[in-house]
Amino acid sequence: MKAAPLLFGLLALIAWEAVVRAADVPPYIVPGPVAIISAFAAAPLSLLAALASTLVVTFVALVVAALLGAILALAMSVSRLAQAAIQPWAVVLQVTPIVAIVPLVIIWVGYLVHSPQLSTLITLVVSATIVAFFPVFANTAEGLASAPPELGDLFRLYGGGRWQTLGLLRLPAALPYFLTGLRISGGLALVGAVVAEFVAGSGGFASGLAYTIQEAGFRLQVPRMFAALVLLSLAGIAINLGLGALARFVLRRRGMA
Amino acid sequence: MLTIRSVGRRFPGGVEALRDVSLRLGAGDFVALLGPSGCGKSTLLRLIAGLDRPDTGALDWDEGHALGPGDAGFVFQDATLLPWATAEDNVFLPLRLRGMSRGRAMPAVRDALAHVGLGGFEGARPRALSGGMRMRVSIARALVTRPRLLLMDEPFAALDEFTRHKLQTDLLALWRELGCTIVFVTHSIYEACFLARRIVLMTPRPGRVTRELASTLAHGPNTRLDPAYAALVAEVSQSMERALEAG
Repeated sequence: MKAAPLLFGLLALIAWEAVVRAADVPPYIVPGPVAIISAFAAAPLSLLAALASTLVVTFVALVVAALLGAILALAMSVSRLAQAAIQPWAVVLQVTPIVAIVPLVIIWVGYLVHSPQLSTLITLVVSATIVAFFPVFANTAEGLASAPPELGDLFRLYGGGRWQTLGLLRLPAALPYFLTGLRISGGLALVGAVVAEFVAGSGGFASGLAYTIQEAGFRLQVPRMFAALVLLSLAGIAINLGLGALARFVLRRRGMA
Repeated sequence: MLTIRSVGRRFPGGVEALRDVSLRLGAGDFVALLGPSGCGKSTLLRLIAGLDRPDTGALDWDEGHALGPGDAGFVFQDATLLPWATAEDNVFLPLRLRGMSRGRAMPAVRDALAHVGLGGFEGARPRALSGGMRMRVSIARALVTRPRLLLMDEPFAALDEFTRHKLQTDLLALWRELGCTIVFVTHSIYEACFLARRIVLMTPRPGRVTRELASTLAHGPNTRLDPAYAALVAEVSQSMERALEAG
């Protein structure tokens, strides 16, 4: 059973190669798996460097989104005023398509940061952060309110103060929710990084995979486009599995899974 | 220790949970609040605990009996333990909330766990414990402050019958040993008759007290076989049926 997805993938690849060869489809329309692997093998370093650059943006954006999301969720849970002030804007941020925001981010960051390399990097990170922010924020907010009301009663009964309730009850109760949010945000941070790169280009900053795809597309190097695409989806899978493993590890150590 | 005078409580939305409820609670009593769902027994328990306030009437504590933090222990229907904390840390919680250091609290924590038969399980997390053991941790948590009053809200309702019988017997032994007052909410006639010395019948819509019965049973391990126990169960059942029909 465990081998089923791998086996299916392998069969699909073989069928793909067979169809491409039998029908004699030119590689600049649909390359076969062999052509894609050769495209990767022809310039592995440039593709891996592009992957690294996209991953740097993804990782920094995820960390910033996690910190920001957790802090704002915390502020909302401590103060009703903060909740009323923050919540609608978080939703606005979530429903606005990132592609439409990136040009603004480019202008603002460019105005504030004069080094073109740094300004591109910051633009990409800011855009990816906006995309990644909401799940970790919303999940943490929900987790902070997730403790059963009886436990709240118990804390009141023994004279537990607001900060004790926060530290001993609500924060630990929010941890699994935070980790779930982090996992979703991890995937979105990658999406955000790629989308932002498509819009912003790479202007000086070491170019990432989205730029590689665009550039290869202009030159009709379709196998190279596919190779970059494969790397992107492998990176997405790795992020998802990695954050899933992190969540399981932490929760098992806490006796919660 | 407590006189409840004509207490009424109506929730926002109009549900009248309690109407004109009066009750006296003596030190050392074991009182069962018995009735079907919605008769206000849990609301009454929350009023006694100070977790809620009555709209009308009053709760008068006898001189020197007013509750401070830790004077009342509360056991809910679910064990409501902190899932990330060990049995020891869960029982430590009430003392921790009152600012006691871990070192100073530990003897009391170990003692409370030993009292409920969980010596040796100090380091176990709730997930690793059975439902009955979790409830024992919950009871230990309620006992750790040495409360004068123990309030229990259908604590054994979610347990299987064998576990429930064992815990009931153990609770009686604890009550004798510790000498605290227990108010025990239940919807089980058998449970009320087996445990309590005073059985307070409550009926719903609006919640009120319809009758009170005293029990002269031995409340020992053999009580379930006692013909007087069966007779009491029958009497309480009939009273309850009559009260529900009249209501």
